[in-house]
This record gives sequence, structure tokens and C-alpha cells, in this order.
Amino acid sequence: MLSIADTSFSSRLFVGTGKFASSSIMRQAVEASGSEMVTVALRRVDLENPADDIMTALDLTKIHFLPNTSGARNAEEAIRLAHLARAASGTSWLKLEVTPDPRTLLPDPVDTLKATEELVREGFTVLPYINADPILALRLQDAGAAAVMPLASPIGTNQGIRTTMQVEIIIAQARVPVVLDAGIGAPSHAAQAMEMGADAVLVNTALAVAGDPVRMARAFKAAVEAGREAFEAGLGRQSKTASASSPLSGMLTADLNFIQA
Amino acid sequence: MPPSIPQFSQLRQWLAPATGDDVRAALTGKRLDIHDLAALLSPAAEQFLPEMAARSGEVTIQRFGRTTQIYAPLYLSNFCINRCAYCGFAAGNPIPRRKLTLDEAEAEAMILYKRGFRHILLVSGEAPKTLGVDYLEAITLRLRDRFAALSIEVQPLDEDEYDRLFKAGITAVAVYQETYDRRVYDRVHLAGKKCDYDYRIGTPDRAGAAGYREIGIGALLGLADWRAEGLALGLHLQWLRKRFWQTAFTVSFPRLRPAAGAFEPLVTVSEKNLSQLMFSLRLFDPDVGLILSTREEARFRDGMLGLAPTRYSAGSCTAPGGYTSGEHDGEQFSIGDLRTMSEVCSMVAAKGFDPVCKDWDREFQTQGNSTAAPSIQQV
Amino acid sequence: MQIILNGQQKNLDHNITLSTLLDSLNLQPDTMVAEINGRIIKPGSYPQLELKDGDKVELIRFVGGG
Ligand code: SF4
Repeated sequence: MLSIADTSFSSRLFVGTGKFASSSIMRQAVEASGSEMVTVALRRVDLENPADDIMTALDLTKIHFLPNTSGARNAEEAIRLAHLARAASGTSWLKLEVTPDPRTLLPDPVDTLKATEELVREGFTVLPYINADPILALRLQDAGAAAVMPLASPIGTNQGIRTTMQVEIIIAQARVPVVLDAGIGAPSHAAQAMEMGADAVLVNTALAVAGDPVRMARAFKAAVEAGREAFEAGLGRQSKTASASSPLSGMLTADLNFIQA
Repeated sequence: MPPSIPQFSQLRQWLAPATGDDVRAALTGKRLDIHDLAALLSPAAEQFLPEMAARSGEVTIQRFGRTTQIYAPLYLSNFCINRCAYCGFAAGNPIPRRKLTLDEAEAEAMILYKRGFRHILLVSGEAPKTLGVDYLEAITLRLRDRFAALSIEVQPLDEDEYDRLFKAGITAVAVYQETYDRRVYDRVHLAGKKCDYDYRIGTPDRAGAAGYREIGIGALLGLADWRAEGLALGLHLQWLRKRFWQTAFTVSFPRLRPAAGAFEPLVTVSEKNLSQLMFSLRLFDPDVGLILSTREEARFRDGMLGLAPTRYSAGSCTAPGGYTSGEHDGEQFSIGDLRTMSEVCSMVAAKGFDPVCKDWDREFQTQGNSTAAPSIQQV
Repeated sequence: MQIILNGQQKNLDHNITLSTLLDSLNLQPDTMVAEINGRIIKPGSYPQLELKDGDKVELIRFVGGG
């Protein structure tokens, strides 16, 4: 079972709650996804039109709330948002996002590390959103991050996993859970992430903009479960065995006559 | 929290079911897990040894290039408070005991320096009161400007002691568990602090916490089931890699050989077994340094070059003061490859590899500047 | 007096508390967080907290986000 900072999750699918057509569709999609962790953002109350609060739309007894710091362009802004998020939610869990470039929304590694160091000192459970940089992931782990969230491809692009080599290294090296975030556009991408050994995936846009977000949520749920199952079953080993009928043909051999019997 | 290695009975259960298909899968897979390692170490893999050797050689050359590192051990002292059944230095053994003075140790090091060595491994028995951290720090300060790499293979130390030696200029720590089989461990460690399996297995963690550039682990082959020993080494390596990602790791496989009057190995490990073990670990962890010392014979060392090992000792004497006196009395173990350093280097070069004596320049690294060097006369 | 509420100027009577302000805006205090001049206000103190001329008030809540 997935465990982050001593909390267990039976679902490995995290769901973002942005961009849905309505909060009721969002709620149904979250339910259908089986997710136990949803991300939310902080914004000023729209005074002209104080819509329903998202906290009341979700069943918080079943679902962990993961506030993010979206909109923060540097460490200072992210830390301020973190304080507000903790005050508003009562949770000290945080998805740390620092995105200075408004076009690509790619995360700033330097300020992400700075903010992580500070927030860990203040007792936050920090899950930083990062580019798929293995050394950064390890530096964040060393700084006390509870998980790392490398991107599959730039956010909102639905391009799937374009950072495969780096993500593989992160998965192989990190001690903390690896949650693949951003760019997961289709259930097949999510399954692929899980087959690679990611601990979880976070999906938002792909659900929110689907023709039927609720059915898409179900599809992602199944894909994540299938991918995880395949990973645990030892996927590589199975496909490799299938070629066993041609026993290592073409493989070099070395002369070992120097070895004494 | 030290790493917990499963009982050998459990490790043998991972090894037992491995089939030829599992070995083929491991040979063609890209990221091997511990079950692949089990397959490669299993009896089923023996018929694939030529394929394993070729694949291991490919990986070794891909990761390390056509180079082989060369080093020499420098024995500082053969005093020891432990009684390890397999070791000539064991307390109570009637051998001439000697601890080099700092001047003598420096003279030995300078002989190695003149022969061209830039990496030396400082070795001693485990007798902290006779040869402690003060001594090690002093000899390090004397040698550090002349050698690119200074490793130690001495008694396990505490973290603050490792920290002190790191700041003085020691670059690497080697500490071998000897065997990961607890039952055998208890049987062959008859007296002394080394009897504490858990303290010993936690030692690489303490060195890792101090920030060493390189840490060596190892098993003495001939004490317990070498296949399970290989799995345990893989697990230990995996554990350390997850904790100390900035540290490079090496593995040594000193092999006990039957010798008249000496400790009779509890199990026989052949050259074939040793090579299977080295190929397996290479395929399991493409980046790990693998050491093949002069315990092994020249014929075997020459044949293995480029197939898995990355580091060879050369021209070794394992008695304190042996380089100066030219005598091998009071050695820890006898040497299988008696060639000089330049002979070994010629062999390496003749096989198309570059013998590397110096991997880096100390000048450009931040560690060894922390402890001010006293002038040599003061020490 | 004038305050800046979520970035916009707003005229208020004197002696108005944060609670009264939220009431007048039809906002549930338990679903949001208030920050005045950069300091987060503890929810329990809303009824006692009197706003002052020139205060910068931010009222923030969770919205959907990824
Ligand atoms: S193996 Fe090491 S600790 Fe054991 S007796 Fe020999 S020198 Fe001493």
C-alpha cells in the first residue's frame, strides 16, 4: 500500500479539482476515481459571486486534502500561500508549486528547494512539484520532502511521459514516494507510469476536459490499478520470458578458459 | 537503523526456484531487481557463464571505459584485539607484532609513491588503543598532499571519528561484513568487539553519514553459502544506495584459500564461483566498483580484466613494514599474484586498458582542506 | 473609513468587526481564511476584531486546482 509521511492510501490515483464544468461534476468524478487525495488551490473569494465552497463539495472523511501553492512565482509567495492553506484547511500537507514562467508553468528548482527547506522546518508535509530532475529530487528528499512529484510533460499538454529516462532514474534512486504529475493525458499514460514503478499519479486536466469526466475517472482508476498490478507482477520478467524460445541468440559469449576448474 | 538482511535460509529460498528462463530474462533486462540477481547467482546460471561474462564485460566497459584503477595496501599494524578464526592477525596468534611509527609508515608510503601509486589503502588490525583515530589522522595529514586517494580498512569507527578522518583527508572507507550469515558470523568471530554483527553492519551507514566519497563493502568467501552471500551484498548495496546517493560504492570478494596449517575454509568457493558472483553483481549494479586483489592468481586476474572488476591492487605486501624490508613475514594472507606494479600495469596496457593510478585531484575537492595540516616536523 | 478588500477599495462604517463584514458578504467563516495586513487571523477572534482605516483584508478560500 502507498504510504506517504506515515499516512496510507489504498488508491494510487490523485486527482486535481480544477477546470471542471461544475463542482457537482467534479465531485462525481472524484468519487468515481476512487481517489483518496485531491489537490485544491487557494484563491481570493469572489465577492461578487461567492460560489459554493469546494470543501463542502467533497467528503473529507474519505479524502485527504492536498492544498497547492499554485500561482506562487517564488519561494516567498509559496510560503505565504502555505501558511494560508494551513490556516484554511487545518492540514499541514502541501503540494508545493513554484512557477515563475506563466506560459509553461514549469517549476523553479531553486526556489522550490528553498521553500521546501523552510516549510519542512515549520512542520509542513511537503510534496514538491518538480521537473523530472533526479538530483533535484534527491536534494528535496534530503531536505525532508515527503514525496516528489516530477512532471511527465509540461502541465496541461496531455503529452504523456516525455521524461521517461529521468523519471526512471528518480524512481530507482528516491527513497520517498514518486508521484508522477502533469501531462498525464490518457489512462494509458497513467498505466505506463505505474508500470515504470511510480508510486502514484496525479491527474486533473484529462478528467476535467473529457467528454464524460465521470467515465474518464473510472477509466483512470482501472488504468492505475492495472499498471500497478503489472509492475508488482514483474512486467519486465514476463515479456522477457516470452522470447526464451530463441535462447540468447546473437548474444556474445566470452572465453573463460582462464578459469581453473 | 542498520540494514536488515534476511536470514540465509530465506535468501536460499529466493535462489532455489530460479530457472534458465529467469537467467535469460536477467541477462537481457535493463534494470535488474533483486530477483534477477538471485537468478544470476543460482546454479541455473552456471551454464550461462560465458554469456554472463560477455554481458558483464559490455556493461563494465560502457560504464567505466577501457580503464582499470590500480592501488596498493599499506599495512600499518597487525595488532588486533579480535579473534577471527580465519585471520592470521587474530589476538593470541603467535606472530611477530608490529605497529609502524608515523615515520616508518610515511617511508612505506613513499616507496609506493615512487613506484607510481597515487591511491593507497591504509590497513590495520583492530586495536583502537594501539592504533586509534589520532594516529590515523596524523598519518593522513602527512600523506594527503601526495596521494589522490587515501582509503582506510581499519576497525569500525563512530560517526564523529569518521567525520574527523574525512576532514583530515581520508577519501574512502572499506569495512567488510565478512559474512552476512549471522550463524556463521557468530561461529567464526570468537572474541572482541567484532562479535557484534549489528555494530559492524551499521558501519557503512556511519561512514556514509560522514560524507565519504566512496565506501567499500565485502564478504570473505569461504565462510558461508556464496550465492546467498552475493544476494546479501546486493541487498546491502541497494540499502546504501538509497541512503547515500552522493557516495560511490565498491565491493570486494576476498577468497579464503586452503593453505597448510591455516584456517580451513568452511565452504569451497572456486574461481568459477567467484567469477559468477562478480558478473552477477556487475549486471545488478552497473556502477558499482568491483575489486580484485592480489589474493587471486595472476592468470585469473588477467583473464577477468575488463569482464567485471574495475580495480586491482598490485605489488602488495600484507605485512607492516614489508615494502621497506622486502620481507613478507607476519602477513595477513599470502599473495596469489606476486608481480610488481609495473608488471601488472604492462599486462593491463597489453590488454588494451589504461591503468589509472589517480582518478581525481585532491586540490579541486573541498573535503581535505578542513583540518589544517601541521608541518611535518611537528607531528 | 476605507479598507482594501481583496484588492479593491471598500467604504465601511467605523467600528465594524470582521464577523460583521463576513455576514454582510454572506460568507461562511469556516470555509475560508482571513488575512489582514499580511497576518492570518485566528477564526475565533473574528467577532472581536475591529477593522481599522487602511486595513488590507484578504479573504481566501479553496477552489478547484491541480
Ligand atoms: S580479520 Fe581483522 S579483526 Fe579479525 S583478527 Fe584479522 S585483523 Fe583482526
